Amino acid sequence: MKTKLAILALIGVTGIALAAPQAFDFKDPKGINNAGFKLDAPLEAINGNASGVSGTVTFDPANPGATKGKIIVATGSLMLPNPMQRTHMLSDKWLDAAKYPEISFESKEFKNVQTAGDTTTADVTGTFTLKGVSKDLTVPVKLTFLKDKLGDRLPNQKGDLLVIRASFSIQRGDFNINPGQYEDKVANTIELNLSIAGASPK
Amino acid sequence: MKEALRIFAALLVAGAVIFWAAAGANRGWTKTHIPIKTVDAVTGLEGIQWQAKFVPGVDFLGAVLLAAGVLAGISLFVPLKSRSKPPQIETKP
Repeated sequence: MKTKLAILALIGVTGIALAAPQAFDFKDPKGINNAGFKLDAPLEAINGNASGVSGTVTFDPANPGATKGKIIVATGSLMLPNPMQRTHMLSDKWLDAAKYPEISFESKEFKNVQTAGDTTTADVTGTFTLKGVSKDLTVPVKLTFLKDKLGDRLPNQKGDLLVIRASFSIQRGDFNINPGQYEDKVANTIELNLSIAGASPK
Repeated sequence: MKEALRIFAALLVAGAVIFWAAAGANRGWTKTHIPIKTVDAVTGLEGIQWQAKFVPGVDFLGAVLLAAGVLAGISLFVPLKSRSKPPQIETKP
């Protein structure tokens, strides 16, 4: 009797462990993770990206709708092809990277969750923080769970990968970035593209 | 001196236009870094690596044209080189 109970308990614990959400770390040692941004401007669009991505997302393959997490982008990692534009962008007149070193998105709720195979799409409501201003946004995201693929990407490691892709836009004026000013030179709308992969080693 | 300044200004403009055209005739702003796309084979994500490369833009052309214009303008204030006096022929009345 005791043996049967022990076996049942073991099965139960194993089941709970298997169903437990996994934590994925988004600091990418391969440097692929990036957040792209684009603003229209008269001569040519201001097109750049940020590579300083970090954060943790908790994902349960059995329940993708319960996903929670926070993605952080280091403001100082924002890069543009033109050095003068980059200096202006990071200065206190625009993003003030010295005072506001992080841009972040923290999820609160997943809605319209649809899963097909290893891919989940959803509308995520969360708090987007830029230049010290936090606003709630709803962003369409695509999550791809790659089971046991960490070793393919990082040799000598075992685990899973979670790929997150998201495209959305914000208004710079909403985040106190020269609201109502210079709109003839730099558009108010900022298009954002997130392409990141997180690792959950075993 | 006057002619030398003008020739130098013209050469500056010609050189800048040739350099700009050879570098891809970029009609945008000057770039010191260009994005190189890389695709991660496992995740399919597209990453960006920044490569240091100087790509002159229209602002570069504008700056060179301005410099050439200043040189040509300065040449207007440079006096012509004094020529040696032609030999005088004495005429007897």
